[in-house]
Amino acid sequence: MSAEAGMSLPVRDVKLRMERVGMAFERDGKSVSVLEDINLDVSDGEFICLVGPSGCGKSTLLNLMGGFLAPTQGSVTIDNQVIRGPDPRRILVFQERGVFPWLTVEGNIGFGLAKLSRAERRERIDHYVQMVRLQGFEHTFPSDLSGGMQQRLQVARALAVNPDILYLDEPFGALDSITRLIMRGELLRIWQSEHRTIIFVTHDVDEAVQLADRVVVLSARPAKIQDVLTIGIPHPRNISSALYLEHRDDLLKRIGLAYTA
Amino acid sequence: MRLLVRLRPFAFIAVLLVIWQVAVKRHPAQLLPGPLGVVRGIGDLLQHGLLLKYVVASLFRVTWGFLLAAVIAIPLGLTIGWYRRSEMALSPLVQIFRPISPLAWIPIAILWFGVGDLAAIFLIFVGCFFPLMLTAMSAVHNIPAVYVNVGRNFGLSAANLVYRVLYPAVVPQLIIGSRITLGIAWLVVVAAEMIAVNSGLGFLIIDARNAGNRYDLVIAGMIIIGTIGLLLDLGMRSLERVKSFRWGYSED
Repeated sequence: MSAEAGMSLPVRDVKLRMERVGMAFERDGKSVSVLEDINLDVSDGEFICLVGPSGCGKSTLLNLMGGFLAPTQGSVTIDNQVIRGPDPRRILVFQERGVFPWLTVEGNIGFGLAKLSRAERRERIDHYVQMVRLQGFEHTFPSDLSGGMQQRLQVARALAVNPDILYLDEPFGALDSITRLIMRGELLRIWQSEHRTIIFVTHDVDEAVQLADRVVVLSARPAKIQDVLTIGIPHPRNISSALYLEHRDDLLKRIGLAYTA
Repeated sequence: MRLLVRLRPFAFIAVLLVIWQVAVKRHPAQLLPGPLGVVRGIGDLLQHGLLLKYVVASLFRVTWGFLLAAVIAIPLGLTIGWYRRSEMALSPLVQIFRPISPLAWIPIAILWFGVGDLAAIFLIFVGCFFPLMLTAMSAVHNIPAVYVNVGRNFGLSAANLVYRVLYPAVVPQLIIGSRITLGIAWLVVVAAEMIAVNSGLGFLIIDARNAGNRYDLVIAGMIIIGTIGLLLDLGMRSLERVKSFRWGYSED
């Protein structure tokens, strides 16, 4: 397979591959299909946004990729290996209640670092406290943090274990719009400095166009991949430029189709 | 101003005591001793060294009965709550035993353990067992799935998942349940001591009546029971302010 002509993206290894993935749940003795025939290759270091109607199975898809669920059809492989359960090499960030309320900021960031020596752990915690700008809050409990700070903390705890892939399930969905805008900038900054693969579920079109290398549009249930849209605008993206608005309108149109499909 | 607000309940109690004393003076029928009589009664008990002895005896029984129940019922309840199937199997049995007053066990307690500390401890154990087990079961049910998923995501072993996620997640609810249960234990010990032993605050009350209608001592015993119950509750409440538990209680 040759690199797509005319694309400026460098050719990168495939990190995550989904082949003919299908998922069905048993409900009242009947099998309900949630996902059908999902095929997607995600490159190493790529930023993917998943959008689609609510309840279409975006979170289910993320749970499959995270190893929390096993697909009823097809396979999900990471680095050519079939996923067998959750793994610290890929961390899921939740929309709400993701941080442990009984641990301080430090305790949360250090949660996955039990195997490190004390000094290494200390260093890692300090590094990520700085990265998500929570200096001065090291000994604060989450209940005393704002929603945005809690989500930053959750991202820091995820990054601290040095994962290859970060799955984010509408991580800014419960935040107010200004905090969201700031958080997107922070996430891009972190992504650019840390070079992780990110798969980000959202139902916010602006969020998708602002963040993603590619936007994957899912159809209503049972969800299939309706469209894959490449956003070829370099970061930082000017959210009032003509090119940006063009992509945004394009995506809206395609989502509109997906919602009525 | 704050001090005044804090003193208000004590002022109210003082007013009631005065009314009580005046009423007893006006109608010296033998319905109730006055507060001064009660204070003299407490003085008598102190003088004979009975007060401390009885308080210690009652607390001893409550401590052992409660601790034994906690050590068995809490792990059991957590385990049953975690495995929903075992809960479905055991639920009818629990539902039958739960509404039986611990006092209904008094004859059995005496049959098995004779008159003495063991019988009283057993009764408190029975009284604490079901509330603690049910608390533990519901605490497990209320753990948000997110916490468990995060624990699994970070690669915790089963033992570590219990120790680092499940245990801290249930502690605040266990503290509330323990507080309520300790209150129950304190109710049960008084009743148990009236029948199953020859010491303690419950025995004091029934003995004061039987041995000479010393109602001043009856009331004295009641007041001491109330005061100690309050102190026990305050002690348990102070646990709710520990920083790593505090998240479990809404702060309004």
